[in-house]
Amino acid sequence: MKASAFAYARATSVANALELLVLHGEKARVLSGGQSLIPAINLRLVAPELIVDISDLKELRGIAVKGETLVIGALTRHADLLKSSDIVKCAPLLKAAVAHVAHPAIRNRGTIGGSLAQADPASELPACMLALGATIVVRGPGGERRIAAEDFFTGIYETKLAPQDLLVALELPVARKGSAHFFQEFARRHGDYAIVGLAAQALLQGDRFADLRLGYFAVGDKPVLAKAAGRLTGVAVTPALLAEVSDALSDELDPQQDQQATPAMRRHLAKVLLRRSVATLLNRPDLQAGATA
Amino acid sequence: MSSIRSNPETLSVLDRPNSYIGKTVPRPNLDRLLQGRGTYVSDMELPRMAHVAFLRSPHAHAEIVSIDASAAKQMAGVIAVVTGKELSAVITPWVGVLSHLKGLKSAPQSAIAIDRVCWQGEAVAAIVATSRAAAEDAAEHVAVEYREIEAVTDMRTALDPATPVIHASLGDNLAWERVHDAGAVDEAFAGSDAVVEAEFIFGRHTGVTLEPRSVVADWNAAEARLTIYQGTQAPHMVQNIAALHLGLKESQVRVVCKDVGGSFGIKVHIYADEMAIYALSKLLRRPIKFVADRVESFNTDIHARDHRCKGKIGVKRDGSITAFEIDDLTGIGPYSMYPRTSAIEANQVVNLVGGPYTNKNYRARARVVYQNKNVMCQYRAVGHPIACSVTEGLVDLAAMKIGMDPVEIRRRNLIADDAYPCGSPSGLRFEQLSHHASLAKIVEMMDYQALRTEQAALRKKGVHRGIGIASFIEVTNPSAAFYGVGGARISSQDGVAVRLDAQGSVICQTSITEQGQGSESLTAQIVGSVLGVSMDRVRVILGDTDMTPYGGGTWASRGAGIGGEAALQATKILRKNILDVAAVILQSTPAELDIAGNAVVNVGDGAPRIELNELARIVYFRPDTLPPGIQPELMATKHFVPREYPFAFTNGVQAAWVEVDTDSGFVKLLKHWVVEDCGTIINPQLVDEQIRGGVVQGLGAALFEKCIYDERGQLTNANMADYLVPMSGEMPDIDVGHVVSPTRESELGAKGAGEAGTAGAAAAVTNAVNDALSPFGTIITEIPLTPQVILTAMGRI
Ligand SMILES: Cc1cc2nc3c(=O)[nH]c(=O)nc-3n(C[C@H](O)[C@H](O)[C@H](O)COP(=O)(O)OP(=O)(O)OC[C@H]3O[C@@H](n4cnc5c(N)ncnc54)[C@H](O)[C@@H]3O)c2cc1C
Repeated sequence: MKASAFAYARATSVANALELLVLHGEKARVLSGGQSLIPAINLRLVAPELIVDISDLKELRGIAVKGETLVIGALTRHADLLKSSDIVKCAPLLKAAVAHVAHPAIRNRGTIGGSLAQADPASELPACMLALGATIVVRGPGGERRIAAEDFFTGIYETKLAPQDLLVALELPVARKGSAHFFQEFARRHGDYAIVGLAAQALLQGDRFADLRLGYFAVGDKPVLAKAAGRLTGVAVTPALLAEVSDALSDELDPQQDQQATPAMRRHLAKVLLRRSVATLLNRPDLQAGATA
Repeated sequence: MSSIRSNPETLSVLDRPNSYIGKTVPRPNLDRLLQGRGTYVSDMELPRMAHVAFLRSPHAHAEIVSIDASAAKQMAGVIAVVTGKELSAVITPWVGVLSHLKGLKSAPQSAIAIDRVCWQGEAVAAIVATSRAAAEDAAEHVAVEYREIEAVTDMRTALDPATPVIHASLGDNLAWERVHDAGAVDEAFAGSDAVVEAEFIFGRHTGVTLEPRSVVADWNAAEARLTIYQGTQAPHMVQNIAALHLGLKESQVRVVCKDVGGSFGIKVHIYADEMAIYALSKLLRRPIKFVADRVESFNTDIHARDHRCKGKIGVKRDGSITAFEIDDLTGIGPYSMYPRTSAIEANQVVNLVGGPYTNKNYRARARVVYQNKNVMCQYRAVGHPIACSVTEGLVDLAAMKIGMDPVEIRRRNLIADDAYPCGSPSGLRFEQLSHHASLAKIVEMMDYQALRTEQAALRKKGVHRGIGIASFIEVTNPSAAFYGVGGARISSQDGVAVRLDAQGSVICQTSITEQGQGSESLTAQIVGSVLGVSMDRVRVILGDTDMTPYGGGTWASRGAGIGGEAALQATKILRKNILDVAAVILQSTPAELDIAGNAVVNVGDGAPRIELNELARIVYFRPDTLPPGIQPELMATKHFVPREYPFAFTNGVQAAWVEVDTDSGFVKLLKHWVVEDCGTIINPQLVDEQIRGGVVQGLGAALFEKCIYDERGQLTNANMADYLVPMSGEMPDIDVGHVVSPTRESELGAKGAGEAGTAGAAAAVTNAVNDALSPFGTIITEIPLTPQVILTAMGRI
């Protein structure tokens, strides 16, 4: 299919991009890496009248460590995340996750800002934002806003971004000593969106979790920070406790039905990932064995 | 080697000096394709060419109440909006039946639907515009009023009296039924030590060619000729059909088929929308282009394999198989495809089940029913994956039941390698197969015993791996028995013309076509070898009904075996003609001369006597220097079709080594092996890659590919994100081995290799998964083996 005709503007600055967005409102669409927007336009699922191409705005691209905060510009490409030594040091979960996002050709163009703005519930990076406790930095007609990741994602392809807003950056706390992460997803093929996935960030104290943040994706209309994880912190994890938490997780989730999986299968896989993540993070193979739900 | 022989006419043409036969040589067309200089229809631009977008039905079954195109016709760039009724002025409808498939019935189909649509995606209007984008813009403004009719979607209830009949004129939804009974099946089951039954379910899937179907039709009113540029596997078939339905003579239609981006059987049919393009060109008197987009491809490229097959096997305690019985049901969409029909796959299933084995008791029923889904028809390895999965699944179930190793039960039942020629209970005739040699070879290649040891050790650690074996036979080199006898004008013979040009190079025109499998290469290899010239001197021309001899094209694993033999025979004549002239020029005798290294040489000592270049110069420019009465003929043409056997059967065996994650239901393909016997191997690399590519398509069916329809007949995954094609990341290494039993029907001895990989891959994987799951008592006979299917079967969800 061919896209319907649209006008195109290459933004010269963030201010310029914002002006264009204010001027054209809902009729305009921001273009970053184009890896989600262009297919949608070609399929005529969306038909913007104006494309505001921000991909040239160098100020929005890059990774920087500022004290205890890791700042990632919205236009930072997936491939940049994979290569960055700052990511390895400060947010290794992201590196593990990005390796599962699509294929090299798509990672060379797709951006983290685009991925978060797209807010596909099966996407890896939004769930990482939850697990890492990210803050999303947004600039709009009223100035800059900082939105906690947990509040940012509101539904399928829906976020707190208004049509006139630009996602400019995200901020992550630098990983502390004792941090550990786990990432796994079930996808039919390499690079596919997951059937169910888990991005987990933990703080370990001895043989216990001081903190455990489980960011699930593809289990509902938006990424989910599992509340059940709270019950695993500060205590000795036993198979019995894990089984209880597993059931609590299952109740907490409200997964969708689609061609890949029924809700029951998604719940099952979420539980498998819970078990695998806890066993791996605590280095307790006993928690994994024999506990098949 | 050959210099010690005294009579060159007794030399095997295949082992002449510097023969290319059996050698991996680079394809002559590689540079052209790799440098982006291929000519695909999608690239073509002609003066005044217009583009078409089809408005397609959103409903699986509906009456077309009205079409209002007035707004669309006013839009910028729009040349015409043409409905089915309007187009019927220039093109007649067709019925996809063949007389040898007795009882097959279908309804008339039009290029564009008239009055009624029968599947979601059927075209209801063609929007012709200056660009595809403009045509799509206008399509959004064509208003069609539909009155929905209940859609028939489930093949299991298609024949129920309560189910609406799709074509009232046919009386019911049964397209075709075949019943076959050989031997004494009931007695055999009664006398068995064990009888096992299962129902095998196959997902509907499709071919997914990299380049979608594309056509440019150019009606030249001044010449009263239609030129069709199309990525097709059968140019002469397209010529015949286009002429027939446009009311033209075949001589008024030229079909040109240059580079084709994959076909797999998808491009061997005549599609309604392609017919519409031919007709639109005639109607509008200008070149018209249509390139299917990916969504249209999924909705209109033929689908295949939507079968549910009940199977039953009887076995004795010693492992001998006593009988097979099947009851196959398939839903083919609303029309039988034209002109090859949609009954062939079911027919093949009946023909092929049990084929590798000595068993003589066989009963089968196959029913082919209509439904309101996209049309189904022949796709790579037609029927084979179904027959193989059913047969090999049953054999494994029988082995499990009597506690016999899967390799051993096959050893005890496969037809002995020295038992040929022989036949099957379904009436097939086998010239020479090599099941036992193939099985022995694969067992060695995979180190079967070591794998079994490893499997047992890993099982103790909770790692569940499985081994699956699947023997198979494959139909190749079809004679007229496939289509010709049923009345279809689809040629089973092929022709090749070779000529020496004025500088001693060879121009070869062949009626087989190239879609990536290496037809050009194998033809050049044969011509170069038989003539005695280097391949770089051979130029192969194919895919043009004005330029090549008449022939079938490339499908059903026939290019090498049939087109290759024609090339061999034509080149032999050319060689003889050249030697006759050389003998005159050199005052020698043809028997004393040979051609090697682009020159005529002495048979005795190999000494060069005259360069072909020089010979050609004399023949073409100084014939006056030849003795009186000599009229050299430096062009030769030969045609070939196998006559003795209706099909050249090949055989082989595949093995899969897989790991099942019993928590998640995911299957990991660890390794795959194939041993096959395609007779003479012309180019080992081309054969191996045909096998590997075929295996990958079979693995796609096993794990990934499925056209998912909802109960209203809507195809819900018509895109590359949701329809999962196999990708390299999931593919295992595929080791390929060969046993060589040349067919004696031809001097070349080549049988086909294009479909063997697809035939057995899914069966091997399914058997491997069931082997891995044997500790859980889980048996799965449904593909694709999705995590959802596996977890459900295991009772995990
Ligand atoms: C074959 C394929 C496979 C894929 N697989 C995966 C996968 O497994 N996992 C995954 O997560 N993703 C996957 N993707 C999507 C990919 O990661 C995209 O890169 C990502 O979703 C969007 O990023 P982008 O920069 O390309 O955004 P674009 O396509 O340019 O934009 C996406 C949307 O976000 C808006 N937008 C973009 N940037 C901003 C901004 N700075 N501020 C406000 N709005 C903005 C756009 O207007 C648009 O609506 C896949 C894509 C393809 C083509």
